[in-house]
Amino acid sequence: MSIDIEFGTEVTAQTSSKPKLALYWAASCGGCEIAVLDIQEKILDVDAAFDIVFWPVAVDFKVKDVEAMADGEIDLCLFNGAVRNSDNAYMAELLRRKAKVLVAFGSCACEGCIPALSNTTSRAATMDWVYRDSPSTVNAEDVRPQERTDTPLGVLELPAFWETVCDLDQIVDVDYFVPGCPPQAHQIWAVLETVIDILQNDKPLPPKGTVLGAGDRTCCDECPLVREEKKIKGFVRIHEIIPEPGRCLLDQGILCMGPATRSGCGGLCISVGLPCRGCYGPAPNSKDQGTKMIAALASVIDSQDPEEIERILDGVVDPVGTFYRFSMARATLGRVATGGSTRADDSIREPQPTEVRP
Amino acid sequence: MKRIQIDPITRLEGHGKIDIFVDDDGEVADCFFIVPELRGFEAFCVGRPVEEMPRITSRICGVCSEAHHLAAAKACDDTFHVEIPPAARKLRELMYSAFFTGDHLTHFFILGGPDFVMGPESPPAERNILGMIHKLGIDTGKVVIEARAAAHDIVKILGGKTIHMVTSIPGGVTKGVTEDERDEIIDRAERLLEAAKFTLGILDDVVLANPEYVNLILSDTYTHRFHSMGTVDENNRPNIYDGMVRVVDPDGVEVVKYHPRDYLEHIAEHVEPWTYLKFPYLKAKGWHGFEDGTDSGLYRASPLSRLNVAEGMTTPLAQAEYERYFETLTGDRSGAVPVHQTLATHWARVVEVVNAAERTIELARDEEITSPHIRTIPTETPTEGIGSLEAPRGTLTHHYVTDERGILEKVNLVVGTTNNHAPISMSIKKAAQGLITAGTEVTEGVLNKIEMAFRAYDPCFACATHSLPGQMSMIVRVRAPDGAVLSETRRD
Repeated sequence: MSIDIEFGTEVTAQTSSKPKLALYWAASCGGCEIAVLDIQEKILDVDAAFDIVFWPVAVDFKVKDVEAMADGEIDLCLFNGAVRNSDNAYMAELLRRKAKVLVAFGSCACEGCIPALSNTTSRAATMDWVYRDSPSTVNAEDVRPQERTDTPLGVLELPAFWETVCDLDQIVDVDYFVPGCPPQAHQIWAVLETVIDILQNDKPLPPKGTVLGAGDRTCCDECPLVREEKKIKGFVRIHEIIPEPGRCLLDQGILCMGPATRSGCGGLCISVGLPCRGCYGPAPNSKDQGTKMIAALASVIDSQDPEEIERILDGVVDPVGTFYRFSMARATLGRVATGGSTRADDSIREPQPTEVRP
Repeated sequence: MKRIQIDPITRLEGHGKIDIFVDDDGEVADCFFIVPELRGFEAFCVGRPVEEMPRITSRICGVCSEAHHLAAAKACDDTFHVEIPPAARKLRELMYSAFFTGDHLTHFFILGGPDFVMGPESPPAERNILGMIHKLGIDTGKVVIEARAAAHDIVKILGGKTIHMVTSIPGGVTKGVTEDERDEIIDRAERLLEAAKFTLGILDDVVLANPEYVNLILSDTYTHRFHSMGTVDENNRPNIYDGMVRVVDPDGVEVVKYHPRDYLEHIAEHVEPWTYLKFPYLKAKGWHGFEDGTDSGLYRASPLSRLNVAEGMTTPLAQAEYERYFETLTGDRSGAVPVHQTLATHWARVVEVVNAAERTIELARDEEITSPHIRTIPTETPTEGIGSLEAPRGTLTHHYVTDERGILEKVNLVVGTTNNHAPISMSIKKAAQGLITAGTEVTEGVLNKIEMAFRAYDPCFACATHSLPGQMSMIVRVRAPDGAVLSETRRD
């Protein structure tokens, strides 16, 4: 005798004519999911406007349910999380096929976010540290997680862990982008409200590629602190200074990503005395947050002397990890060379995500 | 040999799948709880400035970002050898206590509670928060929503953001509170305590008054004798923010009490090839595979284990509830005899809710929290530091080693839920073995009872779960070896 469980079937076929909504998380922290819930009682409006057909964190539909859908059957898919293993990629491709409109939701899906800092190291270094060298690990036989493990009962499978973390747009075609780590609740509601209006009143969709739920200026443009464009002679780190209230942090020598970051968060970090770290992604009309920031710094460094400039820049202790804190997957420089593969290398796409789900 | 695969398991923070192997007699031969994900924070944080860790590691978990933010901040203080001002310490603990209360409360109502309030085999369409509101009255929904909002308000005031808060840095916090903000915090804290008391009432009226549920909690299917871990103060009472880590054996005898700085002397992690997540165990006992008992090195780090290591609570209402909990479950109100019933974790969580809410009020009323002295600028050369606290799902440890500029060279993290990896796997397997046997009709209710084994530990997805009712569907078919369908159960 055997038992098989089939999750989600035609039994669930939607009888209503409401548009279908899917939410999914790939390599992420769950913060985007919580942010969606932070629209509070308006979640009931979302439930009223859509049939939610996939949302692993909240409802019990399984991947098989999505696989069984017709292409384009989902009207809107909000996809959060970066793509860092074969399973994430499979889900990205699957949901792209099944969704009419695919939205990269949150910083991870838009530009890699914190998980993409992994592109400063390599798969081998990560595996060696986690499973062999970390001080709490006891693993004399150097056992490593395997994509296939034979047991007497059958084979157990794990997704392939990639060399390089990608954002959603690097894997599949994306229609719209909602930035933020996480997107702020009021912005999420603004996006959903717009989509509901479009669907209910048959209005045209915004141009493909539009950034939704954010401002069209920089954080710096909307910052309430007073900026005097003062020239600085050096940088200080956040724990080394108690900043003067009301004054621009960059003017005080604290590296602030505001000039290179899209507005939309409402200046939350600034309001509690801390510099922006760039979670709303590259500024409008700029593809690369890091180069934009370097250009901004050039205008505040008070020196013409190459040696002094070098000394001042030495005060930026982690340039790559700071300028690309949230956008490493998008960085023009690709990834930090580690002897592993590069983005141009096909091996980052192995195994081909269109294959059967591992 | 046939396989039941549940992929992905849902209503869980993060990714997971369960493979159940059923032999030709219809008995469960083995069961694997597989975590298919690794994000590699420990490796990619190398090279980052240590003071940025509270803002980087909060991104490990968006549900309990407070836990990582503060464990990181404590590890940063330790790395810089800096003592933070008392007001800063209290503000951190205040934010953490409010978060902890809200997190546990929403878990009780939205994740765990429906199984009891509605019944484990009730129709899935009703077995959720809205079903509970229908059954218990609209006030229940109001209490849950308001409690969640109250905790969020306090976190926003103190942390700057409700998700991925930012204010704790090496040497203190960047934002103090005004007297007006204090009033707002007290108001929200009182609401949290009211919600905690309301929850106790639900627990009594609905769960404990029903002998069927009490029998389910006490049944062998949901029982394992593991060691227990938790952080305690100098009187062995629980403290979620700071203290010594205490471990007792399955009989309640203290095995060790150590400073979190010494965790490497006591904790080790085992690697299996079929999952990306490691399995922590007590170093002194060693790794003996998936076994419970006194000789096994496996331990739980959860609400259940935190009460097992505690010799009483720090606040009055929580103390009364602690005594009632132990008297009911072990017959000994002193708490000297540990509780091993996995499902009792839900009750232990409510005792912790009461304690955290009372502590939130204590701290909110503390004279010192409005002090402007909330930062100490570190002056010593950074070296190495360890920060630890009790995340809602278990003891959390951050360990950093830096160069003389405070640039990270090594990072090691032992995370809350990870502690419970082996116990969770074993609880799922035992529940599957107890519930799926030859000749059993595998109903949806049976499968839900297997899920209840991990739901007791779990976690994270407090807030969301079941918020959208009536969407779940599943068909279970029991087949003969020739493929003929012997029985079919559907939920839709």
